[in-house]
Amino acid sequence: MSVVATGQIIGPGELKRLSPRFWLARQTQLALFWGPVFIASVVVALIVNLTTADLVPVLVALIACTAWLVERGRYRSWGYAEREDDLIVTRGLLFRHVSVVPYGRMQFIDVTAGPIDRAFGLATVQLHTAAAATDARIPGLVRIDADALRDRLALVGEAKATGL
Amino acid sequence: MSQLPPTMPPAAPMEVGQTWRRLHPLSPVVRFGRVLLGVIVVAVPSIAEQPAFHHSDDGFPISVIIYSALLVLGGLGGFISWLVTRWRIAEGNLQIETGFIRRQSLRIPLARIQAVDVISPLSGRFLGLAEVRVVSAGRGAEHGRLAYLTAAQAPVVRARLLALAHGLEVGTPEPPSLPLLHVQNGLLLPALLMRSQVLAPILIAIAAVAAIAAAPLVGAGALGSAITVLVISGLGVARAFNEDFDFTISEAGDGVRLDRGLLQRRHETIPYGRIQAVRVVEPMFWRVFGWARLEVDVARQSVSREADRDAQQVARTLIPVASRDQALWLLARVMPDAHPNPPPDAGPPARARWKAPLSFHFLAAWFGQRYMYARTGRVQRSTIIVPLVKVQSVRLKSGPLQRAFQVATVDVDTAGRRWQASARCRDESEALEMVRHVSERARLSRRVPPPRPAAPVPVPAAG
Repeated sequence: MSVVATGQIIGPGELKRLSPRFWLARQTQLALFWGPVFIASVVVALIVNLTTADLVPVLVALIACTAWLVERGRYRSWGYAEREDDLIVTRGLLFRHVSVVPYGRMQFIDVTAGPIDRAFGLATVQLHTAAAATDARIPGLVRIDADALRDRLALVGEAKATGL
Repeated sequence: MSQLPPTMPPAAPMEVGQTWRRLHPLSPVVRFGRVLLGVIVVAVPSIAEQPAFHHSDDGFPISVIIYSALLVLGGLGGFISWLVTRWRIAEGNLQIETGFIRRQSLRIPLARIQAVDVISPLSGRFLGLAEVRVVSAGRGAEHGRLAYLTAAQAPVVRARLLALAHGLEVGTPEPPSLPLLHVQNGLLLPALLMRSQVLAPILIAIAAVAAIAAAPLVGAGALGSAITVLVISGLGVARAFNEDFDFTISEAGDGVRLDRGLLQRRHETIPYGRIQAVRVVEPMFWRVFGWARLEVDVARQSVSREADRDAQQVARTLIPVASRDQALWLLARVMPDAHPNPPPDAGPPARARWKAPLSFHFLAAWFGQRYMYARTGRVQRSTIIVPLVKVQSVRLKSGPLQRAFQVATVDVDTAGRRWQASARCRDESEALEMVRHVSERARLSRRVPPPRPAAPVPVPAAG
């Protein structure tokens, strides 16, 4: 965890992490893609009678491992904190982002869930402000948590709402 | 207002817009005029080249029949569209109903109006017509266009919309405006020509001519592309000159007024408190003369339709060219207490030079009680000033290279579409401080009343 990501904006331990189920979902997604690719590469290696062809599955496995590592890093980089007056979202492995969105500026909140998310009972909460550049998105929350977070945000947002 | 008798006499000037009204009967003519011109441009050459066997039995070229049919259909469509379109101002909304097959009913809450423009295109000016265009925040198709009203009606409608937007009485007349600055056309043209888009290709062309002696092929190639670029940027200059011709900025009780345009006159009104950000732009060659340009950003929706191409030009010019003193004076009018000169410690740490070698000399960011300032640019120095009241979110970004140099970028977003104040390559711990302070002050700034424009100060002399 970089100094920048948590640092002095919020105290350590205040940052909430994503559900481990989200990591499971991501791994499933990875497996769904890399599994068939790996099998295909093995088949190719068996059919093509060349020594260099044997390297292909190894290469695919290496790339898959890297993808797994990157995905794990990204999963770990996600975090959010509900503070008194604003919401903080951190994300990104290579390019770190720390977004601060005051509750009063929220325009509306989206809760979305894709097919894999739904299979794992997860949902994504997205905050929208009047600024198009705001990218406060919290993926991989357990459905109940996501709904609760949405309701909480909507409540404080309404209480502290300000115009443009 | 809601208890009006149904048999109200129409069109007493002050009653404009309370009952359902149609647009001016000549509006389809103006709207259709451009299409007509386009069709003629396409049709005439193709008819002229018509081979004989394409003629029908009567001797008329078939294409003439097709084009006339298209014109008649288009004219009919325009007429029907005029017939079914009506508008009124009622219940705190600007209401527009339109559409023949697919009825559309538009309600624009006046409290959310961001700006009101009166636009007179060339064809409309001949017929004495003008368009009122309402810019509102939000992402839907809430683009209110009243095209066209009579030139006398348009300012009345605008005054009414603005009065209601500010919560004043319905009949409040348009407040008198006080002219602030006028841009001499004799200054505008050289200023536009001094932009690097124009000067750079000229310099390249000169260098290319010199190079032709040494390496004819390379020189000729460079000359050709330089001339192409020059033609394109020349068109840009002509367009900008047309848009900003006879530029006058004035101040009224309800906002800043901008009047500009050669062929198409625009009268824009930006209400106070709707300005999301102001940018001071100083292109490289302008700094020699001490000129500057001011642009403002207002909140508005994303516009993607071709028909609204004018509106896509999201940033508005507050003053196309002025001496730096005048520009700063004007800035102080729209943003009281803003100080766009960086304090000595506003620059990034020296090691940021390795991350941003080209723009390092201009990078600066600082904030005060009311505003956040960020200066960027490689050859063109631009300073963005964002009122902390308007800050929507604050973001800290750091890429791998930035982390290697222990610097980070702080972005401050507003509801404007165009810019975010970007404090680039700050020291990491300073960036964290900045995020914390800016977000806190943005929150607190909502509790104090917004600053009103300061008392008039005389305009500084042109530099």
